[in-house]
Amino acid sequence: MPPTSPALQAASGARAPAAGADRHARRRLLALLLVGLLLGGLAGLATGSGGFSLASLQADLAGDQAGLILGEIRAPRSLGAALVGALLGLGGALAQGLFRNPLADPYLLGAAAGAGLAVVLVLAGAALGGLHLSLAAALWLERVGLVAAAFVGALGGVTLTLLLARGALHTTRLLLSGVVLAVLLGALSDLVTVVSPDALRGKQAFMLGSTSFLGWSSVALMAAGLTLLLGLALRHARALDALTLGEDSAASLGLDLGRVRLVLVLLLAGATALAVSQAGLVAFVGLVAPHLVRRHAPGAHAWLLAASALMGAVLLLAADVLSRALIAPQELPVGVVTAVIGGLYLCLLLNRRSAHA
Amino acid sequence: MTVPRLEATGLRVGYGDRPVLQAVDCRIEAGWTAIVGPNGAGKSTLLRVLAGLLRPEAGEVRVEGRRLGELSAVERGRRIAWMAQLGEVTGELTVRETVALGRLPHLGLFGTPGAADEAAVDRAMAEAECEGWQDRRLTALSGGERQRVLLARALATEAPLLLLDEPTTHLDPPHQVALVRLAQRLARQSSHQPTHQLDGRRSVVTVMHDLSLALAADHLLLLQDGRVTCAGAPADPALRAALEAVFRHAIRIVQQDGQWVALPRLA
Repeated sequence: MPPTSPALQAASGARAPAAGADRHARRRLLALLLVGLLLGGLAGLATGSGGFSLASLQADLAGDQAGLILGEIRAPRSLGAALVGALLGLGGALAQGLFRNPLADPYLLGAAAGAGLAVVLVLAGAALGGLHLSLAAALWLERVGLVAAAFVGALGGVTLTLLLARGALHTTRLLLSGVVLAVLLGALSDLVTVVSPDALRGKQAFMLGSTSFLGWSSVALMAAGLTLLLGLALRHARALDALTLGEDSAASLGLDLGRVRLVLVLLLAGATALAVSQAGLVAFVGLVAPHLVRRHAPGAHAWLLAASALMGAVLLLAADVLSRALIAPQELPVGVVTAVIGGLYLCLLLNRRSAHA
Repeated sequence: MTVPRLEATGLRVGYGDRPVLQAVDCRIEAGWTAIVGPNGAGKSTLLRVLAGLLRPEAGEVRVEGRRLGELSAVERGRRIAWMAQLGEVTGELTVRETVALGRLPHLGLFGTPGAADEAAVDRAMAEAECEGWQDRRLTALSGGERQRVLLARALATEAPLLLLDEPTTHLDPPHQVALVRLAQRLARQSSHQPTHQLDGRRSVVTVMHDLSLALAADHLLLLQDGRVTCAGAPADPALRAALEAVFRHAIRIVQQDGQWVALPRLA
């Protein structure tokens, strides 16, 4: 190629700080998110039936119920909300990278519909068979049964999508299968609620998403799951980088696309199923978290996956505090809070985009 | 007789009922080969088959005597570098991160790039002349700039076989000329990867629309309606006649200042 012109060199000199600026933005966002996590955790501890109050936190700490209220209720709930958010943020970043589409979210591949159907089936079953059980046993069964059902249902939904799409090699077929399956499974669960109207209430709670029931066992489960899934996802981050150049280019780089994409779909399904089983269908976190990261501190997928998880954690932690504080002593379903905030954010983003255009 | 670098025999590819390639035989030796032909002749399809990205319905491709289908994806990636037609790019990768993806066949997904990899990335960016913007994001570049980055990405694999689909389409004339010189230079250099064949010289295969640029290649492969109608050097009068005929005599090939050029027949 012709020798580099002085003008080009000058231009490159002027552009060189761009990398520094990117790094700086990433460091700043990381610091902000860690501070946010800390503050959110603190606010989570301080928010109770009286709303958010540091004074009452002090009182709670001094009270004889401190261990119960803070240690057994608020602490695991806040940590759990952060973990659900992290799983959804990770799932969203995986989905958006996998489909090369900024509108992809973790619920895309039949995970939400599968979990929804399974939950409705368990609820309907419990309503029909519950007559013979004591109330406490029925409640316990329902809680454990729902978690398991949602998890199995979410994985089952994605598995069906993969079967329908005959593997993960073709993006369009995969997306289309996910949509078709969501419609079919949604219709099935509607049918069940028609037959057994008692399931409707429980279904609604599940669809709205809730962080109210998160205890230490959920926290332990999700922490282990997140560690495993994030670790595996990071090891495949470069495959997502390669996919940004197109599927043929990625394949020409020696990637076995069918296998790599299957692994990524399974990681996505695992993260989503785990989050959904613990907290229901919390809306928008999986969609918005990667967006926020890309917008404020873009980078390669290794950064994007980790930062989206952290962003999701901060977002859901904040939403959880709001859901408890806004109409205390009542509580809003956390999914409603995330949907309103997420929706407003996307409106704002659209508006800004069209203003630029 | 030596084993050719790349050899295709009896290739057949169809999308639905429409055959795109039929009974295609070709040999790619060391040096620069340009694939030319009218729109829809099957040029890009042939390149994808040669790269192992598209499996033919019939026929086979051999790389240095070994069947392409027998190579693992990694082996294939190390031997054949491929550059797509310029398409939509997504994501937030910087130029350097993009070029570094060319080392994937050597590193695998889990490897860490070493000094040799960084050196290969530096060399590739210098050759494609894009080291000046290595920290800019790919999506922020113009089409021509992006094309040079993707070329660098292909070069960074340091594969003995380099397949480029329309590498000049978005380039301005100075960079078109630079690409031609680069292709000629690469075709004479040995690759950094040791090969036992053909004195280690590289093979460069380009699909090109600009006939005057293509006529600077060592060999031309002329494709029409999915068949190879002629193959040879630009100096071969039969090839030039076939070229004019395939393009329905809308062009005239003349020699000017020691090089062959295709002129549109406007008058």
